[in-house]
Amino acid sequence: MSILSQYRLRLERKGLLWRALRERRALTPVANRTQAIAKSDILLFSTLRNEKVRLPYFFDYYRKMGISHFLMVDNDSTDGSREWLEDQPDCSVWTTKASYRKSRFGVDWLNWLHTKYGDGHWTLVADVDEFLVFPFCDTRPLNALTDWMDASSIRALPAMLLDMYPKGPIDSQTYAEGQNPMEIASWFDSGNYALEVNQKYNNLWIQGGPRARTFFAKQPHQAPALNKVPLVKWKRGYAYVDSTHMVLPRGLNQYYDIDGGEAISGVLLHAKFLNTFVEKSGEEMRRQQHYGKSREYKAYARQLDAGQPDLWHNWSEKYINWRQLEILGLMSKGNWA
Amino acid sequence: MSLGILMMVHTDLDRAAQVARYWATSGNPVVFHVDKKVSAADERGLRKAISDLDNIRFAAREDCRWGTWSLVAATQNAAEKMLSEFPTVRHVALTSGSCIPLRPVEELVDYLDDHPRTDFIESVTVEDVPWTIGGLHHERFTLRFPFSWKTHRRLFDRYVRLQRRLGLRRRVPQGIDPHLGSQWWCLTRETLASILTHPRRATFDRYFKSVWIPDESYFQTLARVVAPRIESRTLTLAKFDLQGKPYVFYDDHLQLLRRSDCFLARKIWPRADRLYDAFLAPASRAPKKTEPNPQKIDRVFTSASERRTLGRPGLLMQSRFPRDSWQVSKTAAPYSVFQGFSEVFEDYETWLSRRIGARVHGHLFDWTRVQYAGGEKIINGGMSDSVDIRDRNPTAFLTSLIWNTRGERQCFQYAPYDRQAINDLVIWDANAQISVISGAWAIKLFRASMDFQAKRKEAAWMQRVEAHFLEKLRMRGLPARVRIWTLADFIDDPMEHLQGILDEIEPTAPRRLVEAPRMVDLTGFSVFLQQLKNAGMKPYLTGDFPAETDPSALSYPGGSKPYLVNDR
Repeated sequence: MSILSQYRLRLERKGLLWRALRERRALTPVANRTQAIAKSDILLFSTLRNEKVRLPYFFDYYRKMGISHFLMVDNDSTDGSREWLEDQPDCSVWTTKASYRKSRFGVDWLNWLHTKYGDGHWTLVADVDEFLVFPFCDTRPLNALTDWMDASSIRALPAMLLDMYPKGPIDSQTYAEGQNPMEIASWFDSGNYALEVNQKYNNLWIQGGPRARTFFAKQPHQAPALNKVPLVKWKRGYAYVDSTHMVLPRGLNQYYDIDGGEAISGVLLHAKFLNTFVEKSGEEMRRQQHYGKSREYKAYARQLDAGQPDLWHNWSEKYINWRQLEILGLMSKGNWA
Repeated sequence: MSLGILMMVHTDLDRAAQVARYWATSGNPVVFHVDKKVSAADERGLRKAISDLDNIRFAAREDCRWGTWSLVAATQNAAEKMLSEFPTVRHVALTSGSCIPLRPVEELVDYLDDHPRTDFIESVTVEDVPWTIGGLHHERFTLRFPFSWKTHRRLFDRYVRLQRRLGLRRRVPQGIDPHLGSQWWCLTRETLASILTHPRRATFDRYFKSVWIPDESYFQTLARVVAPRIESRTLTLAKFDLQGKPYVFYDDHLQLLRRSDCFLARKIWPRADRLYDAFLAPASRAPKKTEPNPQKIDRVFTSASERRTLGRPGLLMQSRFPRDSWQVSKTAAPYSVFQGFSEVFEDYETWLSRRIGARVHGHLFDWTRVQYAGGEKIINGGMSDSVDIRDRNPTAFLTSLIWNTRGERQCFQYAPYDRQAINDLVIWDANAQISVISGAWAIKLFRASMDFQAKRKEAAWMQRVEAHFLEKLRMRGLPARVRIWTLADFIDDPMEHLQGILDEIEPTAPRRLVEAPRMVDLTGFSVFLQQLKNAGMKPYLTGDFPAETDPSALSYPGGSKPYLVNDR
C-alpha cells in the first residue's frame, strides 16, 4: 500500500477522532460510575433507543460472560430504558437527543467513549440485540480469551453477525422481558455468505444470510454488511469507521489468515427478528435514522405488504452452541485449545 | 527422602502460594524465586500467605527477562538455597508459579524413589530439535545476543545478520556439547550439586551468559557432562504452540489432564478454579503406579496447530480467506462439471442422479434461473436461487455450495450460454472434474425454434465463448481433471466415454452401465451444420460430421430414427 494512501487513512482516522471529540458535547452523563473501572476490566459499549424489554437479559448475558462495566448511550428513550440503566451498579449512562444518523449511527459517540475510557482495556461493542459467542464460551469466561489473545499478540477478534429468526411469522411469538431471545429466534442460515476483501481498509466484507435472501434478493449489493470487529484491545488513537464493521488503524482488520489457516473468530448472534422488530419498523421508517435511510425497514415493509414473511426454510439450522457454529464453518477456534 | 520444589514466580502470587502450600504440607520443601519486577508489597503478601510453613525459603531475587541469562541465575540461586537448607532432599524439580501437580504427591515421590539415581531432563542435541524461534538453531550457541528479542526485535535481527556477514563466531568451551530441552526438569541432588560446584563453572557461566535462551540449554548441556544416567524427558507436561508460547490449560481440560497421568502440568490459567480445586485437593484414591501418557493431550494440541496452519480446505469464512493462488483445493469436496451432456442426452440429469448417488443440478449458472436439482428454491445452508445473489459473487456461490453439501457429491451442467463466471475457479481446483463435449451447444440451436439468422448469430457467439474456455482447459498442469471430446467423437462411442467419467466418480463401484441415457434425435443435424457453414459460420468445435451436401435434403424418406445408444 502506497505511502499516500497510508497517509490518507491516517487523515481519515484523525478526522474520525476529531468528529468524536466534537460530538462528545451531545452526550449528557446520567450516571457516571467509570471511577469504578479497574485496570484489567473488560468494558462493553452500546447505544440504544427504547429497548427496555431487552435490557435485563442483555445485562445478564454479558455479566455472566465477564463484562465488568457497561458504558451505555441512551438515544432519547421514552420507555424507561434510561431509568433502568441508571439503576445498574456496574453501568455508566449517557443520554442524548441528537440525531442517530448525524452521529453516523452512534459511531461518533462510541469513538468518544472509547477514547476517554477504553485506552488499555479490552473493549466490546454490542447492540442490545447482539450476543457474542466465542470459542469455549460455555466453559471459559471472556478474560480467558483476552488473556490468550494478549499472549498471542492478537489485538482484535472478528465476530460476524449471524441473523437469528423464528419459525413462522416474525411477530407470532411475543418476547418477554428477561427471556433468552434465542428461545424464539433460534434459527439461522448456515452457509449463504459471500466474502470479499475491502481493499481500502483490508477488512473482509461479508454479505448474505436471511436478510440478503429475502429482503435484498434483487439488490444483493445493498444487503447489510455482516462483518464486525466487536472486541478490540483498545488504544487511544484507534477509531471505528462504520459501525464496528471496520476499525482504524488498518492493521486491526487483518484478523483473517490468507495462507489457508484458520485464525480465531467468534459470532454475534443477532436476535433482531422478534415481534419488537415489527413494532419498531413503522417508527423507524418514519424517523429515517438508520443506515441507508432505513432501507432495510422499507424492504421489510414491502415484504409485509405482500403477506407475512417467514424467514424460516427447510434448511434452517437450529442454534445449539458454539461448537455447532464451528463445525458449520461460521467461526473458528484458531489454535486456541 | 523428599522432593524439593524450585518455584519461579512473577505473577499471580496467590496461586503460587496455594501450590507451594500443597507441596510444603506434604513434606516437600519449596524455594521461591520471586522476580525482581514484583512489587515489595506483593512479595510481602506472598511471604505472609505461607508464613505458617517452616519448609519454604526465598532465593536472592534477579530481574528476569525472557531469553536471557537472568533466568538461569535465578534458578542457580534457588537451587543453591535448596541444597544448602534442605539436606534430605534427593530430587529437585524446577517449576513455575503456574505449574500444578496432576497426581498425588506420594505418587511422584514413589516414582522418584523407584528411580533414585535418574535425572529427568529433556536434553537433545541442537540438530535434533524441531523447534526454532527467530530461525536460530546452532547459532544460539555461536553468536552473541546483546539485544532483547522481545523488545528490540529489529536490533536483535540486525545484529544477528551482521555477525553472520562478518563471519563472527564464538568458540564453545571445551568439554561441552550444546543440548537443548524443556526448562522444566527434575534433577538428583548429586547432579545438581555437581553442576553448581563444577570447577569450571565460572567458564561455563561466562559462556552461557551470551547464549540465547540459556534457560533451555544451561542445565540441559551441563547435565550431560556430570550426570551418570539421564532420562531425556520431562515430568512436566508442557506443550508449545506455533509462536513458541505454552498452551494454557483451562477448567474444561480437567478430564484430559486426569487421564494423561503426567505428574506436573504447565501452564494453568490462573483463574481455572476447577483445576486448582481438583488437583490440589487431598488424594482421593489409592496411589497407582502408571507411566505418564500424554498422547491424548498431544492430539488436541496438534490438531489446534493444524487448524491454525492448514485450516479446513474449501472453507471461506471471516477468519480464513486464502489467497487464490495459494491452494490446490479451492473447494471442500470433489464435484463434476458437465458441458454438453444435457444437450446430447434426453433428460441427462435424471438419468445421472439415478445412476450415481450424487445430487445433479441443472445449469447453476443459467442467466435467468439458478437450476438447483429438483427445482428447489433454497438449498443447503440457505442458499437462494436468486440470480442476482449468485452473480454478486459467483465463486463464493460455488465454493459455498460445495462446502454446504459436504458428504454428497455435486454435479452440475455448464454451457457456453451460461454465465462464464467460474471458469478460473474450476480449472484451478483439484476437486473439479470437468467433462466437455465441445460443440454440443449446436444441438440446442438445432432444436430451438427461432429463425436461422438468429441461430447463426448465437452459434458464432457460443463457439467463441466455448473456444475461450477450451483454450484455458487445455493449459498444461491444471489441477482439475479435464476431459474434452468433440461432439462427433463423443457420439461415436458415448457409452465408453460416460463409463470413464462415472468410474472416476465412483471408483469403488465399477459397474457397467445397464440403463443407457437416451440420445436426442439428431436427424437433420448435419444438415443444420452445413447450413451454418454455408452461411459463413464454421462450427469447427463439433468435429467432423459426415456431411450431407444437399442443404435442401431436409427430410429423409425413411422417417426419423432415434439415435439410441445401445446397452452392452
